Amino acid sequence: MSERVNVKKKSPAPGSTPDASVSGESVPDAAGPDAAGPDAGKPIAAGKAEAVLPALGPLGTLRWAWTQLTSMRTALFLLLLLAVAAVPGSLFPQRPANPSIVTQYIKDHPDYGKILDSVQLYDVYSSAWFSAIYILLFISLIGCVIPRAIAHYKAMRSQPPRTPARLSRLPEYGTLVIPADAGIPASQAITDAAGLLKKRGYRVDVRDRDGKRPSLGAERGFLREVGNLLFHTSLIGVLVAVAVGGLFGYSGQRILVEGDTFVNTLVGYDQFTPGTNFQSSQLQPYSVQLDKFQITFDRESKGKFGQPINFKADVTTKETPDAPAKKEVLKVNDPLSLGGTSMYLTGNGYAPVVTVRDGAGNVAMQGPVVAKLQGDNYYSSVVVKVPDAKPEQLAFAGFFLPTAFVTDQGVSFSGDPELINPQLTLNSYYGDLGLNDGSPQNVFELDVRKLTPLNARNLDTKGIVLTPGTTHTLPDGKGSISFDGVKRYVGVDIHHNPGQLYALIFALLAVAGLVTSLYVNRRRVWVRTGTHEDGRTMVEYGLLARGEDHRLAGEAAAIRSLLARGWDVDAAVSDSSQSAPSGGADNDRAGTDVSGDGQAQAPTDPHATDFIPSSAGSPESKKDQ
Amino acid sequence: MFPINETMGQFSELFMLLAAGTYTVAFIAFAWDLAKSSKVLRAVDLKAATLSGAVAAKVPVAAGAGAAPAAVDRADADVAGPVGRAERPSSSVSRAAQQGDAGIGQTADGGMRYAGERRVPARVAVAVTVLGAAIHAAGVITRAIGSGRVPWGNMYEFLTTGAFVVVAVFLLVLIRRDLRFLGTFVIGLAIIMLVAASVAFWTPVGHLVPALQSYWLIIHVSIAVLSSALFTLTFAMSALQLVQSHRQKSIAAGGADKLGFMRLVPSALSLENLSYRINAIAFVGWTFTLMFGAIWAEKAWGRFWGWDTKEVWTFVIWVVYAGYLHARATRGWTGTRAAWLSIVGYLCVVFNFTIVNQFFNGLHSYSGL
Ligand code: HEM
Repeated sequence: MSERVNVKKKSPAPGSTPDASVSGESVPDAAGPDAAGPDAGKPIAAGKAEAVLPALGPLGTLRWAWTQLTSMRTALFLLLLLAVAAVPGSLFPQRPANPSIVTQYIKDHPDYGKILDSVQLYDVYSSAWFSAIYILLFISLIGCVIPRAIAHYKAMRSQPPRTPARLSRLPEYGTLVIPADAGIPASQAITDAAGLLKKRGYRVDVRDRDGKRPSLGAERGFLREVGNLLFHTSLIGVLVAVAVGGLFGYSGQRILVEGDTFVNTLVGYDQFTPGTNFQSSQLQPYSVQLDKFQITFDRESKGKFGQPINFKADVTTKETPDAPAKKEVLKVNDPLSLGGTSMYLTGNGYAPVVTVRDGAGNVAMQGPVVAKLQGDNYYSSVVVKVPDAKPEQLAFAGFFLPTAFVTDQGVSFSGDPELINPQLTLNSYYGDLGLNDGSPQNVFELDVRKLTPLNARNLDTKGIVLTPGTTHTLPDGKGSISFDGVKRYVGVDIHHNPGQLYALIFALLAVAGLVTSLYVNRRRVWVRTGTHEDGRTMVEYGLLARGEDHRLAGEAAAIRSLLARGWDVDAAVSDSSQSAPSGGADNDRAGTDVSGDGQAQAPTDPHATDFIPSSAGSPESKKDQ
Repeated sequence: MFPINETMGQFSELFMLLAAGTYTVAFIAFAWDLAKSSKVLRAVDLKAATLSGAVAAKVPVAAGAGAAPAAVDRADADVAGPVGRAERPSSSVSRAAQQGDAGIGQTADGGMRYAGERRVPARVAVAVTVLGAAIHAAGVITRAIGSGRVPWGNMYEFLTTGAFVVVAVFLLVLIRRDLRFLGTFVIGLAIIMLVAASVAFWTPVGHLVPALQSYWLIIHVSIAVLSSALFTLTFAMSALQLVQSHRQKSIAAGGADKLGFMRLVPSALSLENLSYRINAIAFVGWTFTLMFGAIWAEKAWGRFWGWDTKEVWTFVIWVVYAGYLHARATRGWTGTRAAWLSIVGYLCVVFNFTIVNQFFNGLHSYSGL
């Protein structure tokens, strides 16, 4: 980096002209974009290191590896690799999203399903290879950011680089002539220019004020680099915040039928997924009661008739057991915030209320049964297990239809999501439900292998068909089942993620840094003045951008008119014989670009003679060419 | 929730078809402009070549500078003169082209400003495009009124509104820059989107599913569509950049100019620089898309990032364009390679849009567990 090219070491003795500056100072900048990178300014050294690799010792190899890892090229490569590596996660089912689909997928593809599993293609985002890529990327990032931050800190505290001998070789260049009768000597002109540039936000350093050819160097736009560093550092912040969320967060699910109350304790959850560092004392025992759940169905549009268009759950919440009750509304896209958690409405359905009497005539079960959605219009499956029934345990399995229709073929379906003609169609069983040994069972599934059917479509007894208010008596005096009514239920997700807020903050910082680094321009301006033999004061200036800057020409024009106004000269006229800076052909500098070809000066170079000769004939100036 | 207005919906569909028809006329005019200009320019070249030796005198200059990429590359590596950052290895070729202004292998003005010469078909094309866009806007607005909400809740609306945004952004950029050479591409794409919407994704006006009823739909999707429209422009420019740089190289090497219509197109370097600037804006937009998507996901599902298909591809696009920005700052990766990254990024955007369709179907599972 040019800032690290030691200014003091090379700075000329007072009074002498800074000849070597073109090759010593501004040149590394001109290396182009890479100048900003950590390896910028020493591309040759890096190249050499590569060439002599076999001779490196272990330390040298390490250093070489580190240089490679933190190079722009590696960062680019890792970025592209990350993009590629993320793709398979969208092609294959992922375990964290849905483990049962993965199991099914492996079953369905016996040929390669297992092979994919062995290379972690069902857990892409926690796989060793994906982790390796992003960890390397972030190591590279840190290795990139720290040296850059140090370099930039130094740059902000050091003086603007010395004045190049040939300003005319800069991308933007112009001259002004102050007439002799204006009475502005070279020293005054440079002071004026310094004042103007300072007002424009430049940091200015005047050199050789009272010499023959005073000059100044000015620089602005340090925020660009700060923005870039902020952006990259914030990315690390986002990553850490996500990791923290995984460590200390938790999430769970619960189904609530109208009237039910959820209390935020471990037993309150149907399903619970703790983070690695979760402790149950983290749970604040707030409570949420579902009072009423309403759905609005689309009755307007033809294509989507009967689609739900609004879900609304009225709930009563208590922040703590003794806190006053509060009425709140839970909707999709509108979670509840309670006790450091958020509660989301993620599902809903019908819960028919049934009463089951056993063979002894006692009520063995009474209450709502959560029906699981299976098809259109809330066509749902129902499983009722009655372990308390005596002498024999009872079970029912079948379907619930809010608006039952039967086709000519005897296939039943639900014609509407609303309760227009609710119906329960069930088979019944008796026997040992296998619940007594304590092993957990899925409440939505019934294993009928060890049970004896009582009612079924293929038996003489036929299946049970119930409408609200009706009762069916089971054969053989096994009991009865009544369909009392229908309630609604909701499924809620409860999440606690302590990293979330920090992730948001870092993301916002990253955006701020990104915008700053893309839209703040880092520029350097040099001005040199001199007195002509005939008494006129000659002024020349040049501008150089660091990084992308398509408005450099505009800045040059603005500075030009500022200077001209300051000295009361005509900005348009006094540009004498010198070619004007390019007229805004976006960095292209068509036509006026005469020095861009590198070392070989174009033979037609109109600036072959300097406007204000700085050191014509000195050995250094020859070197420049 | 506003009531559905079927009549408005039907008006909207009519407007969309009318817009597609108008665009077709504009497309023909743009294509005519390319064909005609290339013929005229070729004739001018031929005349110039036979009448004067001046052209011949210029060609060696052009060829000389153009044949220098290797030399310039080296110069760059050694850190040559204080060239601006815009002067990249790839620029040597463009400069060659610019020096041979009237000569073979000419390219359009690098600043992409409007030049003096009148291109009647191009003017007609732009005028017809403006008319088409006005009709299209009416279509989008009536759709919004008909469904009583923002007109981007399903694939049909994405395509129709998205096509409008693409055309509108193109017209807005045209105010400042002469990008008429992109006309056939942009208008062609808009026609395809409109036709695809009407044929494959037609959906009558309707309410949003609850999962989409959020102000985040307005914020998140509008920024996504806007960024995608910008990516569309840069995609076209990057593709042209590849063609142009190939053409410039082969001409510099003494080959014949087989792609005459590319004279209307600026040099590869100018294309690269402008598409970089547009991509930088679009990248910021996409960063917001990603962030707002995450915030919305947190509101709707309780987690801000879950690697679902949609999220994965939004992330992939973001990373690819981050790679593009890095490439522009990496030695040896500017020019052609960066253009390829920009193209790959856009292909990902297109892929993502077709996935959107499936995604939104998937959201119907919202009505139940
Ligand atoms: C997580 C991965 C990364 C992402 C998403 C990323 C993204 C970006 C983006 C979007 C820019 C352009 C905006 C700006 O100038 O600030 C940028 C610039 C830059 N990045 Fe990264 N970056 C990542 C990693 C790295 C790494 C590992 C390095 C170092 C080896 C690095 C070095 C740079 C440099 C030097 C620039 C400035 C280029 C210029 O001068 O225009 N980045 N990065």
